[in-house]
Parts: sequence; C-alpha cells; structure tokens
Amino acid sequence: MSASELPEMPCRELVERVSDYFEGALSERDRVRLEAHLAECDDCSIYLEQLRETMRIAGRVEVDRLRPEARDALTEAFDAWVASR
Amino acid sequence: MTLLERLRDGDGAAFATLVDGNAASMLRVARMHVSSDAVAQEVVQETWLAVLQGLDRFEERSSLRTWIFHILVNRARTRGVREARTVPFSTLAAREAGEPFAAVDADRFLPADDAEWPGHWAAPLPRWDEVPERHLDARETATSVRGALAALPPMQRIVMIMRDVEGWEAPEICNALDISEANQRVLLHRARSRVRASLEREMADERL
Repeated sequence: MSASELPEMPCRELVERVSDYFEGALSERDRVRLEAHLAECDDCSIYLEQLRETMRIAGRVEVDRLRPEARDALTEAFDAWVASR
Repeated sequence: MTLLERLRDGDGAAFATLVDGNAASMLRVARMHVSSDAVAQEVVQETWLAVLQGLDRFEERSSLRTWIFHILVNRARTRGVREARTVPFSTLAAREAGEPFAAVDADRFLPADDAEWPGHWAAPLPRWDEVPERHLDARETATSVRGALAALPPMQRIVMIMRDVEGWEAPEICNALDISEANQRVLLHRARSRVRASLEREMADERL
C-alpha cells in the first residue's frame, strides 16, 4: 500500500491515533498514512517524542506503597507460610 | 525459575518484589471499591494473605498477577458492598471511554475547511528541550507526572499506572480488570494524552 494513494492523515487525527500506533493496533492502511505524515511533519514527530517522554517519566514516578507496618507483616506472613509447609 | 516457582521455593525476595511492584495498582483497584485509603491498605494486605493460602493450589489457568487481582477485586467488592460501591470495572471503563475527548484542544489546529492545511497545527508545537533557564529537572517532571496521574479519571489512572509505571502488558491488564482490549486502549490513550498535555502546560508556565 503506497501512501500517495491514501488520504492524508492531518495532525489533528494523528494525535488521536498515535497510541494505537504505539500498540501496533492500527490497520495497515492507517499505519501507512500515519508514517507518511510523520515523515513530513516535524511538529507531529515532536508530539510523538513528547508522548514517549511522558511514558518514560511515568516509569520512574514514586507511586503509592503499602504502609511499612503492613509490608513487615506480609514479610512475616510469608516466612510463616514457608515454615508451615 | 519462574516467579511462581521462586515463591513456592520460599524465596522471600521474590515475594517482596511482587508485593512492591504491584502495590500502586492494587491500592488503586481496592480504592475504587472502598471509601478510604486505610481500608484499601487493609484489603491489599488481606489479598496477599489469601494469595499465600492459595498459592500451592493455584493451577496457572491464568497468569499469577491476574489470579492475584481476581482475589483482590473479590475482597475489595466484598468490603465495598457495605459501602454500595459495586459498579464493575467493565462498566466504568466503557463509561470513561464513551466520554467526549480530545488529546489536544481543537483550537490548536487549523479548521477542517482551511484552504491549505486543514487539521494541521495552527502554531508550531512548543519544544520541551528549549525551555530556558528553569528547565524542569527529572525530579520536577516526575512530581508533575505523579500529580497528573492522580488527577486522571479513575480507570484511566489505573490503566496508566499498570502499563507505564508497573510495566504490565495490555492483555494482562484486560484480564486482571475484566475490561475489553478496545476500552483498555482508549483509556491508555486518554491517560497518556492528558498527562502529556499537563506536562506541556507546566513547561509553558516555566517559560513565563
């Protein structure tokens, strides 16, 4: 499938399709349209990179944890479980 | 050795990794059903005790994490019944996925009837690496993403925590939460787009 035969994917559509692109969930047709647009559009390439950056930052976010007492109690429970078998 | 084999082998470090690596999503899932963070903590703790009780009988018809989340959801629901919070995740997911949404505000694009560039960016997208002077450092951006995650609608928050913070694969998320693949993708898309937009606003503020 060649991009020149397909309708262009405008920026406004690309920002809604890019997640499916990352997931490999786009149809072949839309993948070709999206990649053809990216090859031409610096702003959309930047947009894509910002989304990737967002995902990377999320990977190092400090999120909620179990309270230390609860965690200690679970460590003990695991040891007790091991000992009981 | 698989994680399951290590647990059955009595590997305490493997257990601790599992407990810590899933704490955020487990607490969020529990918190969807119960009314306070303290009760959510209790539900997660009870879940782990139930996991230990059932671990030798677990037959691997689902992944270990999926099995753990089903125990968690059952426990949380049981607690939640008393608080009348029992809407299934699939319903909540469909509801959130059905709301109107734009990854980027419509006014950032030229109109669909623009003669030359319909639907294209109306102005160049501000670059994050050109923020002068007080460029947000790694700690600031992480804090900002944390705040943006907390502000997401609940199902979008859970899905993005599972996927991008804890590193789950999409099919496993669908199984653990009993939501469709299509809705999982929509929720993830909306979550990531919203968090990106929130970072963008923060970067813009830094420029002032």
